[in-house]
Amino acid sequence: MRTLFNYLIFPGFLFSACVGLIACWIDRKVTARIQWRVGPPWYQNFVDIVKLLGKETIVPAGAKITFLLSPVLGLLSTILVATILGVTVRLPLESFIGDLIVVLYLLIIPAISIIIGAFSSRNPLASIGASREMKLVLGYELPFILAITVIIIKSAGSIQIGSILNHQINFGSNLASFSGMLAFLVAIICMQAKLGFAPFDMSESEQEIMGGVFIEYSGLPLAIFKLTKAILLYTMPLLLIILFWAKNLTILASIGKYIAILVIIILIKNTNPRLRIDQAIRFFWGPVTSLAIIAIALALFGL
Amino acid sequence: MSHKVVVPIGPYHPLQEEPEYFRLYVEGEKVVDIDIVIGYMHRGIEELSEHKHFDQIPFLVERICGICSTSHPFAYVNAVEDLIKITIPERALYIRTIIAEMERIHSHLLWLGLAGHFIGYNTVWMWSWRYREPVLDMFEMITGNRNHYAMMKVGGVRRDIKDEDVPILKKTLDDLVPAVDMFKGAVMDDPVIKARLKGIGILTKQQAIDWAVVGPTARASGINIDVRKDDPYGAYDKVSWNVIVEEDGDIFAKTKVRILEMYESIRIIRECLDKMPKGPIDFDVKDIPPGEGIGRVEAPRGECFHYVKSDGTNRPIRHKIRAPSYMNVASNKIAAVGGTISDATITLAAVDPCYCCTERLTVLDKHSNKNIMNGWDLIRLSQEKTEKLRNSIK
Repeated sequence: MRTLFNYLIFPGFLFSACVGLIACWIDRKVTARIQWRVGPPWYQNFVDIVKLLGKETIVPAGAKITFLLSPVLGLLSTILVATILGVTVRLPLESFIGDLIVVLYLLIIPAISIIIGAFSSRNPLASIGASREMKLVLGYELPFILAITVIIIKSAGSIQIGSILNHQINFGSNLASFSGMLAFLVAIICMQAKLGFAPFDMSESEQEIMGGVFIEYSGLPLAIFKLTKAILLYTMPLLLIILFWAKNLTILASIGKYIAILVIIILIKNTNPRLRIDQAIRFFWGPVTSLAIIAIALALFGL
Repeated sequence: MSHKVVVPIGPYHPLQEEPEYFRLYVEGEKVVDIDIVIGYMHRGIEELSEHKHFDQIPFLVERICGICSTSHPFAYVNAVEDLIKITIPERALYIRTIIAEMERIHSHLLWLGLAGHFIGYNTVWMWSWRYREPVLDMFEMITGNRNHYAMMKVGGVRRDIKDEDVPILKKTLDDLVPAVDMFKGAVMDDPVIKARLKGIGILTKQQAIDWAVVGPTARASGINIDVRKDDPYGAYDKVSWNVIVEEDGDIFAKTKVRILEMYESIRIIRECLDKMPKGPIDFDVKDIPPGEGIGRVEAPRGECFHYVKSDGTNRPIRHKIRAPSYMNVASNKIAAVGGTISDATITLAAVDPCYCCTERLTVLDKHSNKNIMNGWDLIRLSQEKTEKLRNSIK
């Protein structure tokens, strides 16, 4: 019963969806202010979701069953991540050993569900979008995992999020060290790609392939994808805070740290044009991966 | 194994708001061939203008395009004045030049914003359109309109620039310079923009000559053509300014040409405001003799050409228009092939296409390739269709 409550209400679906949608609103509002626009009211994203729920769901002819299943798959896994992270923050030693690995796996699933859904829609533009997304996943996963490895090395080889948290409470944030800072930088860049924001939004670039992976989605499945993205906007910064910046996790400090990371995301998003997919991969496998490897080397030397 | 897929851009596409259709044949991400299909919004302007009298036509040709809405009437009045062989008052020439250069600034700012939007950089889009607003305000102050200015008339201009407005105009121009500086810095120094635009969509000098491109598209490929210098009209030979030419031929060069041209435009307007003599602003034209005349104007997109033939009545018997995009759009066939889909979108936009200027219509017999319908047939066809629709509503 408690697990179900954790999963569905707090800190799972309902809570993370609300926070995620508010974060989306902050994103839209700040973006609008940067661009000399007014921006939407705070409830705009909720209204958008409700409106999409009321719209007709159009399934393209010949689409496989995975077309409708993949959004659900993506949503379920992101909620699971939100739940694991949320419970860990409150009761660090409640969870099991190896939950960091599980979280990393679950975080790839939304991208994979987008790829599966796009391919099963049988639209050529969606296929192009999906192949871009696939290349992007291959690009950013390597440096992201390397950055997480830095954390594992720094917390004495622990792969349990709770003990990483406790380690930081006892010995200070990982961010305070040189290697931690480098790994944090790498993780922020990878997070930008995981969230699908500019300059890594080529999988759904509206000007080139008209929304790409989401081109055939409408109504409820589209709403689920939007919700997944919103929840990711809550969980990804939360994961980074827990892994890198967890010295002081009172409610006020957490909110402050979360907003700080959100502002970084929004600033990167608004000061960069979209990269080409080959440039993005070269970027991730070249400079970003080298940076991550340097961070690992520094961490091994105890810096 | 090669497997060609068609990626459609158009007829309705978030890329460009006008109806046009680019059929990109792609292998993976690479564009191997491209079909350009236009003709979705033919309006029969040339035919229409042969049914209007000479003083009405500026208002009609102004509506060919919402952006070059002074270049077309300017070219038209040049053509008619060439036909009548009159010299128009000096002050009118200066006012025409000021309006045309203001139009160039606002058009280039508009393109810069759209180019930013096309490479997914919406901040540049919003910022450049914000700085376009003061230019439109200047238009409103001088002409009373933000977009269709209705300034040109055969023999002069319709409104004068008031002396008390001149300081305000100069102030607005002064405020515009830092904004253009900012865009110059933002575009020239941004490594990501460079990565996206440099070496993309290259049109070499020879290709540019072969495909007969005009305007900034040609000047970015190293061709020094500009009607304002080559065949001066208005007051362009009375002020000092430079033609901006870049050698690279890629999209970065096209962007650079447009940004630097804004500085030249600001310079021209300032000098015109200083040098503008007092006096009348129009010449009363009584009647149009038989004959023919041509008018050429350097529109923001390139050379805009108008030909007018008169038989001595109050209507032209032939009015021929060639808009710059008509020449430029076809060069995409060279520039966009070989790049990726991401490059293609910005390459297609880099010529600053304006499809509503460009539409042509002919009806051909499929077998003999002969023209089987003339203008009157098309009008009859359209009237029949309207009649049919009207009946079906009843």
